[in-house]
Amino acid sequence: MAPDVKQRKYQVIGTRPVRHDGVDKVTGRAKYGADQRLAGMLEGAILRSPHAHARIRRIDTTQAQAMPGVRAIVTAADFPEQGDRIVELGEGMANMRHLSANVMAREKVLYKGHAVAAVAADNVHIAQAAAQRIHVEYEVLPAVTDVRAAMREDSLILNEEIRTQAFGSAPASPDAKPTNIAKHFVFELGDLAQGFGSAEVVIEREFDTSTVHQGYIEPHNATVSWNADDRVTVWMSTQGSFTARQQTAELLQIPVSHVKVVPMEIGGGFGGKISVYLPPVAALLSKKTGRPVRLVMSRADVFQGTGPTPGSHMRVKLGVKRDGTIVAGDAWIAFEAGAYTGSPIGPACMCVFSCYNVPNARVEGFDVCVNKPRTSAYRAPGSTHVAFAIETVVDEICSQIGMDPLTFRLKNAAREGIRRVDGPVYGRVGLEETLAAIQASEHYRTPLPGKYQGRGVASGFWFNVGLKSSVSATVNFDGTVTLVEGSTDIGGTRTSIAMQLAETLGIAVEDVTPTVVDTDSVGYTDVTGGSRVTFATGIAAVEAAKDIQRQLVQRAALLWNVDPSAVRYEAGSVWGPQQQCLRFKELAAELPTTGGPIIGRGTSSEATQGGAFATHCVDVEVDPDLAKVTILRYTAAQDVGTAIHPSYVEGQLQGGVVQGIGWALNEEYSYDDQGAMRNPTFLDYRMPTCYDVPMIDTILVEVPDPQHPYGVRGVGEVPICPPPAAIANAIYQAVGVRMRHLPMSPPRLWAELSKNSS
Amino acid sequence: MTGWGVGMGKRIVQITVNGDTTEFLCEPRQTLLEVLRNTLELTGTKEGCSNGNCGACTVLMNGLPVVSCLVLAVEAAGAEVRTIEGVARGSHLDEVQSAFLEGAALQCGICTPGFIMQAEALLARNPQPTEEEIRFYLAGNLCRCTGYDKIVRAVQRAAQLRQAAQQNGRS
Repeated sequence: MAPDVKQRKYQVIGTRPVRHDGVDKVTGRAKYGADQRLAGMLEGAILRSPHAHARIRRIDTTQAQAMPGVRAIVTAADFPEQGDRIVELGEGMANMRHLSANVMAREKVLYKGHAVAAVAADNVHIAQAAAQRIHVEYEVLPAVTDVRAAMREDSLILNEEIRTQAFGSAPASPDAKPTNIAKHFVFELGDLAQGFGSAEVVIEREFDTSTVHQGYIEPHNATVSWNADDRVTVWMSTQGSFTARQQTAELLQIPVSHVKVVPMEIGGGFGGKISVYLPPVAALLSKKTGRPVRLVMSRADVFQGTGPTPGSHMRVKLGVKRDGTIVAGDAWIAFEAGAYTGSPIGPACMCVFSCYNVPNARVEGFDVCVNKPRTSAYRAPGSTHVAFAIETVVDEICSQIGMDPLTFRLKNAAREGIRRVDGPVYGRVGLEETLAAIQASEHYRTPLPGKYQGRGVASGFWFNVGLKSSVSATVNFDGTVTLVEGSTDIGGTRTSIAMQLAETLGIAVEDVTPTVVDTDSVGYTDVTGGSRVTFATGIAAVEAAKDIQRQLVQRAALLWNVDPSAVRYEAGSVWGPQQQCLRFKELAAELPTTGGPIIGRGTSSEATQGGAFATHCVDVEVDPDLAKVTILRYTAAQDVGTAIHPSYVEGQLQGGVVQGIGWALNEEYSYDDQGAMRNPTFLDYRMPTCYDVPMIDTILVEVPDPQHPYGVRGVGEVPICPPPAAIANAIYQAVGVRMRHLPMSPPRLWAELSKNSS
Repeated sequence: MTGWGVGMGKRIVQITVNGDTTEFLCEPRQTLLEVLRNTLELTGTKEGCSNGNCGACTVLMNGLPVVSCLVLAVEAAGAEVRTIEGVARGSHLDEVQSAFLEGAALQCGICTPGFIMQAEALLARNPQPTEEEIRFYLAGNLCRCTGYDKIVRAVQRAAQLRQAAQQNGRS
């Protein structure tokens, strides 16, 4: 821990209580989306395109419709026309025409796995058989699957209505030429030419990363009941019940108040369960049949129809003085948006130089449509890609000028007062503390002498978001509190929020019962994403606790017949002017006779958070015959602000690291020349197993974020950013080759090793 | 045109689930997983991939761990099946469940039932496994949230708890 970090003592915060939903989750009682069962429920199946790019000429459903047990079929013809409406959906905007066409293909299919029609039947087997009897006539078109090919003037165009939107400029004229380049970003800072002119060492490298998937274990699901009064209820696993409600309502063009989303337990999301795929489809099937309809994706559907995060091509150039001072940086980044616009190219451009003071910089970014699934957010979207590029270039510069990579980073580290290339000036952030923590760690100071072994370090950044949250909290007469919240709990946030309420009220966290409720039962709450829940919903819980305190003070004043201004709330008790004292539980028992129930309300609407930085250190061993990389040891240091529940904070770091290891070494969509994914199974899309990784050591650095009452910083996303670069740097130390294409799988590493030896 | 019709060729199958003998009707193509979840309403066993790759649907069949998505329900005739719902003794969690809970070895929890069943099978065979043995034995179960660190530690802890409980039982 950094020496300047002030230690604060809390009663609840920093402890490791058992999570409130834990028993349900170790006994099989917790209900996830696919566990939903309703009387009269039908099951559905979706027919998906076998082609990566084709025009739909005709869909014939007669044979399927005639099968016994088939109750309804829907195609795009059943969906309302959207036009080019741009709608704010809670975490970013979406063009409704594209969102609708992604849910059910209209004129064209734009990727293999694109939904074309859906069936509801008495059981899933009948529905699947019927889907195969829907005949679709396609005019197959060539597939555009490479980002650079898609950017060429003469490329086949996926979406005829797309014109390049230049960041900060007026919308492009509809008369402009159609293009696959949907967005173009440029950020500039200082004087680039002068900067590079003053550089003594300049390195420029190109990088590629393959398409990867979020890989949550629970497939997408939705059960929908469209009632005779046109009220629609959706049971699903989602990262955001309110954004799911809004997307469903917009896609069906019904009032948002007519849709209720009941969030079931969610089996992982990592950004991939924000956009909706199934609810509008199940809703239309339910409307046609008058019965509830459940849709659950297969794993192949999940790979081919949801997620992934973009493949990319990047060029990064960095100029430094011989003493290691960065003077200029230039980056060119092209992301595969997939079928429709919306890759995280903006965040990528903002993140590429985010760990450094780069006084003269230029970043150019492109959002490019290709015949792959429409991409969605994945844990620090865009930041891992660019961290791989910049952090390996930094490592190469360190080798060239003979400087320790942590010393170099400390010399140039982003800190308070430094302006990022996209404009914002950092407040108090903890990158330097994470660098110092790794430098001081036993791991970094232990020599690694083995042949074919190497050590690498890398840093990473993620903004973290604020956005909107609501909670309410009822004081029960027995002195416990029922906490109602809108943030779906993807990894223990019921407890991290309840702990902040308990801390503020001065009661035990076991006396708080948190419940995640449906969209009719709590105020608007944005998605569980952007590492925001413990931060932003935490602020709402603190506000609710303060609201309860105010009301308890009034009740005590009534009991003691004194003015409320003479009563204060402190350490779980109310105190009167003559040092009268009632503990929380004692006063709760008085509520029925002093005015009845007390409900605390809390909301938050924060524009930003302070941002999170991480520095990782990894030791690898390369098998020179198999070109296989083994992770020997891993340490992740991260500025977590204040660790509310340290076990779940560590868990976020460990989970992010292992996802990053998968991205670094194995995971990729393998495409054939027709644009078909060849590996849509967990056997062939190779995520890390527990046999592939060691224990992941964590160092929690606590530099409190002044924007949060307890100093919380979001922790969930940044841990995925450094691993690919740290591993690439370690591979260089081990075998002397620089890897510039993710994943660094055995075939790719073998090719580089062979070049080196020949 | 056979194989897709309603109620075609259903079989009666008798099995023992979590100690209770039960009968169900199923089609020959239905998996044990589908029958557990849809017919017997034991939804604690999860479906992640339907092809045996992820381990979320792991149950014990005659004491051996199987991925129930790759077992036909008719193959389970006469078998003793144990699912996540049968691990706790009444309202008392067993050592593996307690260790997962107290060690924060779950985040989203969807893989947890499968991991717990696989760990039960491991500890029944090898009560004091090494870290290497635990990692090897659990390699067929995918978790995307935890990075496995706390899962491996939970299994180590469960082994200790169980040994302590057995020693207390003997003394």
